[in-house]
Amino acid sequence: MAAEKLYAGTDVGSSWTKVVLLNPAKSLVGYCLKKSGTDFSATARRCLEASLEMADARSEDIACSFSTGYGRKNVDYADDTRTEIGCHAKGCFHYFPSAMTIIDIGGQDNKIVKLDGSGQRTSFKMNRKCAAGTGAFLEEMATRLDLSLDEMDRLARQSTEMVKLGSFCTVFSATEVLENIRQGRKVADIVKGVYFSMIRRVLEMDSLTETVVMTGGVVAHNPYMVTMTEELVGRKIMVPEHPQLTGAIGAALYAMNSTGLGMNED
Amino acid sequence: MTEEKIVERKPIKATKEMGRIMTAYYFQLNDAARTHSQKIAWCTSVGPAEILRSLGFLVYFPENHGAMLGASRMATDTIPEANAIGYSPDICSYLTADVGAYLKGVTPLSKAYKGIESVPKPDVLVYNTNQCRDVQDWFAWYAREFKAPLVGIETHRGVGDVSDAHVESIAKQMEAIVSPLEEVAGRKFDLEELKRVLALSRECSELWKQVLDTASHTPSPLTFYDGAIHMGPAVVLRGTQQAVDYYRLLLAELNERIANNVAAVEGERHRLYWEGMPIWGRLSAHAKMFAALSTCVLASTYCNSWIFTAFDPDDPFTSMARAYTELFIVRSDESKERYIKQMIDFFKADGVIYHDAKTCPNNSNCRYGMPQRMERLTGLPSLILHGDLNDLRLISDEQTRTNVEAFVEQLEENKT
Ligand code: SF4
Repeated sequence: MAAEKLYAGTDVGSSWTKVVLLNPAKSLVGYCLKKSGTDFSATARRCLEASLEMADARSEDIACSFSTGYGRKNVDYADDTRTEIGCHAKGCFHYFPSAMTIIDIGGQDNKIVKLDGSGQRTSFKMNRKCAAGTGAFLEEMATRLDLSLDEMDRLARQSTEMVKLGSFCTVFSATEVLENIRQGRKVADIVKGVYFSMIRRVLEMDSLTETVVMTGGVVAHNPYMVTMTEELVGRKIMVPEHPQLTGAIGAALYAMNSTGLGMNED
Repeated sequence: MTEEKIVERKPIKATKEMGRIMTAYYFQLNDAARTHSQKIAWCTSVGPAEILRSLGFLVYFPENHGAMLGASRMATDTIPEANAIGYSPDICSYLTADVGAYLKGVTPLSKAYKGIESVPKPDVLVYNTNQCRDVQDWFAWYAREFKAPLVGIETHRGVGDVSDAHVESIAKQMEAIVSPLEEVAGRKFDLEELKRVLALSRECSELWKQVLDTASHTPSPLTFYDGAIHMGPAVVLRGTQQAVDYYRLLLAELNERIANNVAAVEGERHRLYWEGMPIWGRLSAHAKMFAALSTCVLASTYCNSWIFTAFDPDDPFTSMARAYTELFIVRSDESKERYIKQMIDFFKADGVIYHDAKTCPNNSNCRYGMPQRMERLTGLPSLILHGDLNDLRLISDEQTRTNVEAFVEQLEENKT
């Protein structure tokens, strides 16, 4: 049984809910991810229970707990909330303590967050109302191509002649995909085109300065997208160990800081 | 569960008096339209209303009606009516909401003022393109509908320094509309009367400026959201004694707040400047959201657009031409930057929020790199909110909230 105090971070995203537990040394001792579903509170609780089990701990061991993400206000056990922008920043700076540009690709939105050398946020941008460049776009395209999301990364790597998708709009892009299917283009080439289009949508949101870090569920499940982005921008991109958990880790770090622990160390 | 704090900004007592004069204004228009006792002119909000008043017209402002459609959230239902007759969802949503409401036979005036069933029919429509081209198309639609004469002033756009040549050409256009207006008014133009009206407009403008300037005090006694509501008389009643009297009353109340150190937003921690159109359908929701974050959005270019310091009753046409050309919206980006910088300094703002209003490119000043240039110039952070003045279909409340909370979080963290 864990005797040490734990710090919980819960990130209720539009698609996935993530819970992490950190020990005072900021090590990840438990975590869990589940589809957010329609009852955010219940999903978050289930994730918390699973994380506690993984850490071999009890809920009494949690000294403080913060929530973030789209459903952050629905987490009934959280002591406080922070935005996902703040939490991704905090989580990334924990792994890469330097000035950076963070690219987070989530289920419903993308963010570009900039930090200075001390981890202070200097600016951030979220995508506009449209789904282009988000996980939702990828899901829509997978449906069009009759593929499961897991197959896409492998297929994209096999592409020899990527197709170009020009449109901003998800619906128009879907039409372009259909057009390419009709022309008999290889599925692998279309998938790579879909990835490329997503990357372009994200990159046009802001300039990339300093260290570039990519996070989010889309990056976790489609690592080839990072390789493609590296090729496109001509520089190395850092990815934290658990790219989908960065927001939850940031929330746990905020929780830890609120108790006076771990400040000025990140 | 983390409870959402509901915080109201401090209510302004003078609001009641404003309600009274605005009610009187709309009933006067309504009666005149029914009994034909006085001629009615429709005018753009930063158009030459003074000339119209001096000729005895009652002046109605469709943009004010557009804002009411937005604030009452009727706009989202009326806009599609105008879209269906060929007015794109991408153009001014004051225009589409207003024309759509007319086509649907509805008006927020009936809800606000029992007994008023429709907008007052115009005898003439007068536009000024100093703000945008949309007003010209908007007024042209009604001119065709009501078979009423349409006159207008076509202004320079993107003006850097306002030159004598600019002013002269606009003054000439203003003089040229007098004769067709005399014809509709059925009376002769009287220069002395114009001077009298302009003096009142000038006084209103000075008082309105003093009202807005109170927000430079820390803590601010006023928010942008109060300004957006209390600017009503400066728009529709400038050039009348009622507007002057009203702003004296409001100013006294705000000065009293300053004397007693009363904040509009209790526990004010952050001070923000708003650049762009209001989001009318979310005015009160946003006021609450910022207040709950101990943040006062305290000043804006928008509310300050009804300050006409150049008005000079001794030289009415030239000074009106100058005032209506010196306006922020008419100017080049360099002039706009200088202006915003001055405002940020004067109001001691900690950051800027730019509203990128989908249907109003004319008053969305974040599409040509302005926020980035201003950040470099001032060192202050900024946030762009994507939304619209009237069309709620273009707004994601969740994204707005996350953006605003993250911005305030950033200000807070950088402060400590
Ligand atoms: S300035 Fe914008 S909101 Fe005002 S009338 Fe023109 S387009 Fe509409």
